[in-house]
Amino acid sequence: MNPDELHYTQSHEWVRIDGDIGTIGITDHAQKELGEIVYLELPEVGHVYNADEEFGTVESVKAVSELFIPISGEIVEINRSAVAEPGIVNDDPLGDGWLIKLKVTTDDEVRKLMSAEQYAEYVQAEEKEK
Amino acid sequence: MSAPAEAAALKRTPLFSLHRELGAKLIDFGGWEMPVQYSGILEEHRAVRERAGLFDVSHMGELEVRGPGAAAALQRLTPNDVSRLSDGRCHYSAFLTDQGTFVDDLLVYRRSGEDFLLVVNASNRPKDFAWARSRIGGTAEVTDVSDAWALLALQGPLAGSILARAAGEDPTDLAYYAFRTMKVEGFPALVSRTGYTGEDGFELYLAPEAAEPVMRALLDLGRSEGLLPCGLGARDTLRLEAKMALYGNDIDDTVTPWEADLGWIVKMEKGDFIGRDALAEQKAAGVSRKLAGFEMVDRGIARHGYPAAAPHGAGIVTSGTHSPTLKKPIGLALLPVADTAVGTEFETDIRGRAARARVAPTPFYKRKKEAP
Repeated sequence: MNPDELHYTQSHEWVRIDGDIGTIGITDHAQKELGEIVYLELPEVGHVYNADEEFGTVESVKAVSELFIPISGEIVEINRSAVAEPGIVNDDPLGDGWLIKLKVTTDDEVRKLMSAEQYAEYVQAEEKEK
Repeated sequence: MSAPAEAAALKRTPLFSLHRELGAKLIDFGGWEMPVQYSGILEEHRAVRERAGLFDVSHMGELEVRGPGAAAALQRLTPNDVSRLSDGRCHYSAFLTDQGTFVDDLLVYRRSGEDFLLVVNASNRPKDFAWARSRIGGTAEVTDVSDAWALLALQGPLAGSILARAAGEDPTDLAYYAFRTMKVEGFPALVSRTGYTGEDGFELYLAPEAAEPVMRALLDLGRSEGLLPCGLGARDTLRLEAKMALYGNDIDDTVTPWEADLGWIVKMEKGDFIGRDALAEQKAAGVSRKLAGFEMVDRGIARHGYPAAAPHGAGIVTSGTHSPTLKKPIGLALLPVADTAVGTEFETDIRGRAARARVAPTPFYKRKKEAP
């Protein structure tokens, strides 16, 4: 469910690294918790972020959730299909439902993120607290 | 995303275990552990608009008002005209403060001239009961009978035909806002042609032990036609499309019926009632703000509590959501009265970002009446 080649955050985003480009989305667990997504607010191309800054919001019918950028970089592309049809994020959160691509500033930050295994344990621990 | 609050002290309806079995997502709703959704809010919303949906709303409170002076007492306690109700009819009304603002909004059912049932919001139940008891006077008695009733709402164009099969009699001869007792799956039920969705539908008041067998039977009977169990999430989007007010969002003890665009429940000519003087005064002076529907011009969903800046002054968004039927954001806002004409643009503050909205005609959704 959580592919090994991705890196995960405690706020339930994922990053895929291809050379110096990072693709970012929300996890399957996150989309399930949110329910049907009806609105996405994503940044403009060219915007530069430091790691952990808020870069947008995702809204279901009932709730608003902030999106936090896992690693620093400059936005090079946003997923316009997902903005037009936010349901894609529910249907395919790790694939067609990606949110943004950025030009990665440094290689260091991604190493601090969780592996698939660590993320699975983290979600399990979070569920137990409920 | 943050973890929900500790669930230990939450109240549960008689249908709690069935909700779990049906895979409901449960939330804390005013101290009750209630289903917010089963299969999904959008799908459940669509089921009610196109087919039928079944809601557990057993958390709602019921107060009985009985005695030789019951009708006279309610005539003083509520702004609508109780003398217009005959046996087997109900209407929408309210408890108002002396300032004319809402203690609660409610339904008044006349079972007989000396026996009325009031249906109130779950979170207001203790407040309503205390308020009614302190103001009712000597010749009628108010009793909190909430624990004696479970409540199911069967809503949607197919509600009548599904209920007919469970009841063995046709409930569709009931007029809108009429009720009678019938047996549903063998259990006695008070069935009214009412609802909170903007669709045709029925509400079934049942003994707690009847709730689960009746809900199971209705779900079985309606399954092949697309009946879905529905949660409070869809209930909220459905009521907002129909511009039905929600206590705690659109109305509360700072808002009067005039301001809420609910003047039709106030019958000034019927004689004295609690809040009347204040309402007469406000009417003479003119209201300064009014509840209006809006749609978004800019992108975004303006939600409950977000500030609004209109040409003639400040306002506030009281409800806002994504409309599943219209597939766009809609909402209600209290705005300066001069800014409530359809087409007027105003600005909302969506978590620090300015987003324009426009006053829209309401209700946002109105069902097509079938030819008789």
